Amino acid sequence: MKKVKADPKGVLTGAHYLDGDHALAEGALAAGCRFFAGYPITPSTETAERFAERIPKVGGVFIQMEDELASIAALIGAAWGGKKVMTVTSGPGFSLMMENIGLACMLETPLVIANVQRGGPSTGLPTLTGQQDMMQVKWGSHGDYEIIALSPDSPQECFDLCIEAFNLSEIYRVPSFVMTDECVGHMHEKVVIPPAEEIELVERKWYKGPKDKYLPFKPDEDMIPFMVKVGDGYHFHVTGLTHDERGYPVINAECQNVCVPHLVDKINMNADKIIKLEEDETDNAEIIVISYGITSRVTTRAVRKARKAGIKVGTIRLITVWPFPEKRIKELAKKIKAFVVPEINYGQVVYEVERCAFGQAPAIRVPHCGGWVHDPEDIFKAIKEASK
Amino acid sequence: MKEEDRREGKNPIENLLRMDRIPHIWCPGCGIGVVVTSFAEALRKSEIDLDKTAIISGIGCTGRVAGYVKLDSIHTTHGRAVPVATGLKLANPELKVVVFSGDGDIAGIGGNHFIHAARRNMDLVIICVNNFNYAMTGGQVAATTPISANASTAPFGNFEYPFNLPYLAEASGATYVARWTALHLRRVTKSVQEALGRRGFSFIEVITPCVTLYARRNRLGDGLNLLKYYYEKSEIQHGADTKTLDISYQGKLIVGKFVDKDKPTFLDCMNEHLGKVLGDKYEPYGGNHD
Repeated sequence: MKKVKADPKGVLTGAHYLDGDHALAEGALAAGCRFFAGYPITPSTETAERFAERIPKVGGVFIQMEDELASIAALIGAAWGGKKVMTVTSGPGFSLMMENIGLACMLETPLVIANVQRGGPSTGLPTLTGQQDMMQVKWGSHGDYEIIALSPDSPQECFDLCIEAFNLSEIYRVPSFVMTDECVGHMHEKVVIPPAEEIELVERKWYKGPKDKYLPFKPDEDMIPFMVKVGDGYHFHVTGLTHDERGYPVINAECQNVCVPHLVDKINMNADKIIKLEEDETDNAEIIVISYGITSRVTTRAVRKARKAGIKVGTIRLITVWPFPEKRIKELAKKIKAFVVPEINYGQVVYEVERCAFGQAPAIRVPHCGGWVHDPEDIFKAIKEASK
Repeated sequence: MKEEDRREGKNPIENLLRMDRIPHIWCPGCGIGVVVTSFAEALRKSEIDLDKTAIISGIGCTGRVAGYVKLDSIHTTHGRAVPVATGLKLANPELKVVVFSGDGDIAGIGGNHFIHAARRNMDLVIICVNNFNYAMTGGQVAATTPISANASTAPFGNFEYPFNLPYLAEASGATYVARWTALHLRRVTKSVQEALGRRGFSFIEVITPCVTLYARRNRLGDGLNLLKYYYEKSEIQHGADTKTLDISYQGKLIVGKFVDKDKPTFLDCMNEHLGKVLGDKYEPYGGNHD
């Protein structure tokens, strides 16, 4: 993995008052993203607008495509053209992107998608918050694959995690997602953008060997194949069909049983390196509240109240939601009474917690169908109930 | 062609194909291979930098072309070859990007991308093999199936109006529009050469026999019978009004070059406009502008 410093041209060093959507765009520009294709959709449009405004002065392309299918398709083309690429969307647009997210996974294409989540299903609540695409981001395209998904809880983290998402997508040659929501997306806070030399980026893993020996899907020692870009004279082929190391289609079970496990294993076997959690007082906790994104900020108040009431509560904030911190949950499940999982959906990540807890501790859901954040009192009640 | 290749009896386009993937999957009598030959011939004759030429396909019989042509090539999803090509072209404007796909891919499921890329005058070469049906899936009715022709999902004959693709392309903003049949080998080659040598959205439709499905279901005979139909019923009318190019069942096929005009491309417009409005603040992008 070759580390490089950010190009100062894209870095708006200084302290700013930004909303999460704009911070995403700044994070991407700082990460060296020079191609953005998108389609307007509330509540994510401000990211696209910021790109349209900023990118002409940085040297890159912004294009508003005809729909979200085209946006993600253009990203795949531009990534193979050598660019770092990004798009942003919300629920309905995210659904439209699903097929080509599968293609991006199959072609092992580095790209970043931010989803500023709103209430669903269908058109749902365009202007109001939700965290309802957390399972879709993992399972939404057909077939077996793995992706990386991060969840920022503030505009500052929209900036930071967008850079992180770019780095992870380059390291693992995989689509990476910044799963934020309307609340964080439209929340204005102070965002500190460091000088370019303090922003560490990962360079794409370029192949440098002989032209006729390049194999686009041959795993290297770290499981990740090297990449080339179109126009470098390799005359390579990649396909969404099940393929061998050469990128040639091979339509049989044997090839499928090499191709697919690779897509899954390269993420799962590196999960410890990818996963970032924020833990607080989990050591002696009886109850652990697991949350992510905006809900973790709402949780803080409930936890404070519970601690005042004498309940031993710890918290885990999932900065990385996928891959899931399976090991840590399993470990903690043996020691505690229960997990409490508030999220702005009718129960998604809670079932992953339940799976990992493996019957050692219950995972109690605190659902909210979207439109607004939880009342901290509801989370407090769940903690109190669980502690009995 | 190199002398030693000639002595070995090597096909002149062999270097342009992935010979380790031959034999191909197309049926005997299918016209796609013929169009690939015409295309490869154009690549050879035009002497463009093959390292800087890419081919993108969607899904379907013609979607397999990207897998056989020895260029940087991406086999994408159904209908999305055009936006993938758009992204690739914009990422590296010095590339010549060709979309090679079928009528179902380009005009059916991908129709929206097709008209928008044409509207933007995106600098792409689009080769659309039109065999009047969805062949890979077994001969279903398409957006191009002539009225009354039979298809597996139109078992009593098609009653939907088909697209007139050159008209659609021109109306959407294409700056080069041609139509040929698979019988017009050299004409296809020439059109592809012209398209490769120019800038802007170039669209070439090639009517092609589907022997196994369209022809069999409609009892039109074998490949030779279809070529005979093309021979008898095609009429070259360069510059014809694209409105007049509807195709009826076994009717006249008007072919030729209908549109060939200069117009600034997407990148030309972007660079010119942003340069004018933003002045020194604008960072000009890519090399594909004057």
